[in-house]
Amino acid sequence: MQSQAHRFKPRAVEALHNETLQQALAKAKGGFIDKRAAAIQEIPDFESLRQRGETIKEHTLAHLDVYLEQFEAQLLRQGGQVHWAEDARDATRVIADICREADAKRILKAKTMAGEEVGLNEALEEAGFEIVETDLGEYIIQLAHEPPSHIIAPAVHKTREEITRLFDRVHHGLEEVRLREVPDLVDEARQVLREKFLSAEVGISGANLLVAETGSVTVVTNEGNADLSMTQPRVHIVIAGIEKLVPTLEDAGTLLRLLGRSATGQAMTAYTSLVTGDRREEDPDGPVEYHVVLLDNGRSRMLAGKYRDMLRCIRCGACMNHCPVYGSIGGHAYGWVYPGPMGAVLTPQFVGLDEAYDLPHACTLNGRCKSVCPVRIPLPDMLRSLRDDQFEARITPARTRWALKLWGWVARRPRLYHLGARLASRLLANLGRGSIQHLPGAGGWTRGRDFPLPQGETFQQAWKRQKEHRGER
Amino acid sequence: MNQHTPRVGLFVTCLVDLMRPGIGFASVKLLEDAGCRVEVPEAQTCCGQPAWNSGDRADTAALARQTIEAFEGFDYVVGPSGSCISQLRKYPQLFADAPEWLARAEKLATRSHELTSFLVDVLGREDVQARFEQPVCYHDSCSGLRELGVKAQPRALLASVTGTALREMPESEVCCGFGGTFCVKYPEISTRMAGDKCASIRASGAPVVLGGDLGCLMNIAGRLRRLGEPVRVYHVAEVLADMADGPAIGEEER
Ligand code: SF4
Repeated sequence: MQSQAHRFKPRAVEALHNETLQQALAKAKGGFIDKRAAAIQEIPDFESLRQRGETIKEHTLAHLDVYLEQFEAQLLRQGGQVHWAEDARDATRVIADICREADAKRILKAKTMAGEEVGLNEALEEAGFEIVETDLGEYIIQLAHEPPSHIIAPAVHKTREEITRLFDRVHHGLEEVRLREVPDLVDEARQVLREKFLSAEVGISGANLLVAETGSVTVVTNEGNADLSMTQPRVHIVIAGIEKLVPTLEDAGTLLRLLGRSATGQAMTAYTSLVTGDRREEDPDGPVEYHVVLLDNGRSRMLAGKYRDMLRCIRCGACMNHCPVYGSIGGHAYGWVYPGPMGAVLTPQFVGLDEAYDLPHACTLNGRCKSVCPVRIPLPDMLRSLRDDQFEARITPARTRWALKLWGWVARRPRLYHLGARLASRLLANLGRGSIQHLPGAGGWTRGRDFPLPQGETFQQAWKRQKEHRGER
Repeated sequence: MNQHTPRVGLFVTCLVDLMRPGIGFASVKLLEDAGCRVEVPEAQTCCGQPAWNSGDRADTAALARQTIEAFEGFDYVVGPSGSCISQLRKYPQLFADAPEWLARAEKLATRSHELTSFLVDVLGREDVQARFEQPVCYHDSCSGLRELGVKAQPRALLASVTGTALREMPESEVCCGFGGTFCVKYPEISTRMAGDKCASIRASGAPVVLGGDLGCLMNIAGRLRRLGEPVRVYHVAEVLADMADGPAIGEEER
């Protein structure tokens, strides 16, 4: 997918002024948070579950080569085929080749972030295939020609009215809006999609986890749509990042419990499928051809560097659900596949520190994401560290760098500093009483807030006077 | 004074020094009432947080060394700000390659405490002699809350203040949008977040909002005033020290 991360600022402002988006965000917000809170209340020791999740992922990353080989060997034994994709181009080429070989016209697709990452839809459409999204949210944004704005709920930013209008136009060629209830809309999408489902030759899905000991792929959805794309077409292709691996089925169980509760507040996601290889003789359904594309796309580089912890991410979305910045602007402002705090760390890894300059900065470092992340990724620390990298690489604007240098220089000279503080506080106090609406040179602050004025004397100044007065110490 | 009197260095913070010295004096009073000897080293300036959060490690380290030197020799370093104190606690991260400074930074880090948590957790105080005649709500500033675990302490102390009652606001733990340089770099997003915070404050029904970090409080007060809301804003230390009779943050002398 083409990055728009460099346009973060204008896109964020646009988002703040987009009434429909704001309504949708306000509505979505509380739901995720409350449900997660209730779900973790239900199990006695969520903290130790988190600890285990972190340990499992950490262990896997430390021995990733071993487990990848084990996974490949197991999958081959189960009749599947493994493809290693170095980057986006590799991945889309491999997948298009498989589709061509299968003589496919129509391809069923379940939600996959790795697929978004490599721009799978565009690539396959360009190659002449018709793509049908099976996830309702993905289907909606496909109709709207938009990227997802949330990794769990791709169309969370759309209101019912917008969706109705979209359906009216695409399904019925109508322009006026006949507002319908959600179940009716779902039903309508189901009717339209069902026909397409039956005639697809290839199904593509992502994976939530890859299990090394059995060669299995785990996919969870709330609509059962991944199962559809896995069982109906003759050929199935899974695309997954290499970090999705876990050693054992039991490990997978632990992470799935964390995933459901953190994402939507469910003990387990409604549909959890474990697929191991292609159709066997006794199987009533399933693909006759089964491929897994393992995507690197920069991950092995991350593995060796200081952002390695980010590879623990299980894409639950809890960080963005709890992020007040995401809550204000939604996912599209982040400009690439992954929104919110996880995206602010991931996107610079994939598209560059320069292109994604704003993402690590557009964060107050309030730490709420870190406190909910099920695998305890220190997201704020990573964002700060990205700022270090930008500063070192001199990507940080010269003006900011000079301002910091100047501040540092003054602050290292306490006498000068205190003199400056005394002058500044007197100067500001002379501007008025209480607070003011316009502070010259502080437009950023006073655009939406008054500026509270100082009392007129610095603490150090007053303290010194008082000390002399008290004649002590 | 006997030798068991703890010697406390007050880290006054640049914002308190510049904007609202009253919070500094309230801190001194609270510490002295709790039996401490308080000193305010003149060599202190800035904890280095703006540089640290902007990726300027060299300047952060220089300011850290200055702060370490200024506060060496105190039993404790206490400040009316969770955010600056957690910055002091991060100093060791700066000196991985300088063992001598690392040791000094670690010493400072373990002796540094946010004001209310120092009173409650270190000195074991649960009450103050103060009176405040209005109900209040309390905003949990992010650094204090998530990095230092400050949540129960200010509430415990407030419970001992005569005349007031705590009315919790919804989402008291959600960021107010200050975030240091964030508030000027992304003013629109920051203003939105401050506005959401004001809505929470309004929902509490309390006419006064308190907090433990002046940065956040200026942000909240600034937004409240712009919205024309009559809610008053004080630092919690001002109420606890019985020194909240003057104008609130951003308010004119009346
Ligand atoms: S960073 Fe953590 S909270 Fe965010 S999506 Fe990944 S696992 Fe979930």
